[in-house]
Amino acid sequence: MKIIKYLILILIILNLSSIKAEDQINDLNIKITKNLRCLICQGQSVYDSDTEFANSVKILVQNKLRDGQSEKEIYSYLKDKYGEWILYDPEFNKNTYFLWLLPVLMFLVGGAIIFKLLIKTKY
Amino acid sequence: MKVKFLPFFLVILLIFVFFGFYKGLQNSNIYTPEVNLKKNIPSFTAKLLGVKNEISSKEIFKDDVYYLLNIWASWCVPCRDEHKFLMDFSKSEKIEIIGINYKDKIKNARNFLNELGNPYEIIISDLDGTLSIEWGAYGVPESYLIYNQKILKKVVGPISLNNFFEIKDLVK
Repeated sequence: MKIIKYLILILIILNLSSIKAEDQINDLNIKITKNLRCLICQGQSVYDSDTEFANSVKILVQNKLRDGQSEKEIYSYLKDKYGEWILYDPEFNKNTYFLWLLPVLMFLVGGAIIFKLLIKTKY
Repeated sequence: MKVKFLPFFLVILLIFVFFGFYKGLQNSNIYTPEVNLKKNIPSFTAKLLGVKNEISSKEIFKDDVYYLLNIWASWCVPCRDEHKFLMDFSKSEKIEIIGINYKDKIKNARNFLNELGNPYEIIISDLDGTLSIEWGAYGVPESYLIYNQKILKKVVGPISLNNFFEIKDLVK
């Protein structure tokens, strides 16, 4: 009897871990597909979209995650196929310097103006 | 003097911004991915339509032959419009037509071909659409003209009469 109990326990534990792994893949799949732009209904993410294209991308991402590919590898694969436009989160490169640095620049310039005004009013 | 200059400057700035954005409204904001003509075509193994045999891309695409890869489905209405051009190409000996059957039922696909004729030398089945992603496709129909493992031309949507002549010119 004891052996059966242990066996059941082991089986449950084994199954739990496999469920967990699948959950992880699903979570990552959702995270990745939310960051992908659907090319059919532009303005919607692949996760939100139900077009044939978006559904295929979901399957593809799932397959690649099961193969053990990382998030970055999947992004670079899709970037290679469709261009950087498919990513909602643009990468930092020479085309996007302006995009990424503009808010920082505006913050600094605005800060400098405020700082100057403050000094002026103090003295 | 300083007080008068500022409103004037602001109005000018606003007019510029207005016209800048107004012109921007007319630009198309639909993005179509570029085709990389320098890269080699993807390699893959896939099932043939209705058969269990797998075929690898190396067996399909040989050097010194022009191939027209056409992604189609029986449920796709524009595919019917371009079918006459594919039939025309299939009569020519210079070009081989490879079909990718996209998310289709085998029975419907066969009916489609029985009705309109079969221009394809080989039909690959793409049940979940992942093979089409390998090619950078995002809809049906899409066609690729391939020569020596390189894509010469890509047509998104049905092949138009213009595309038809362009492809004929390229294949000469």
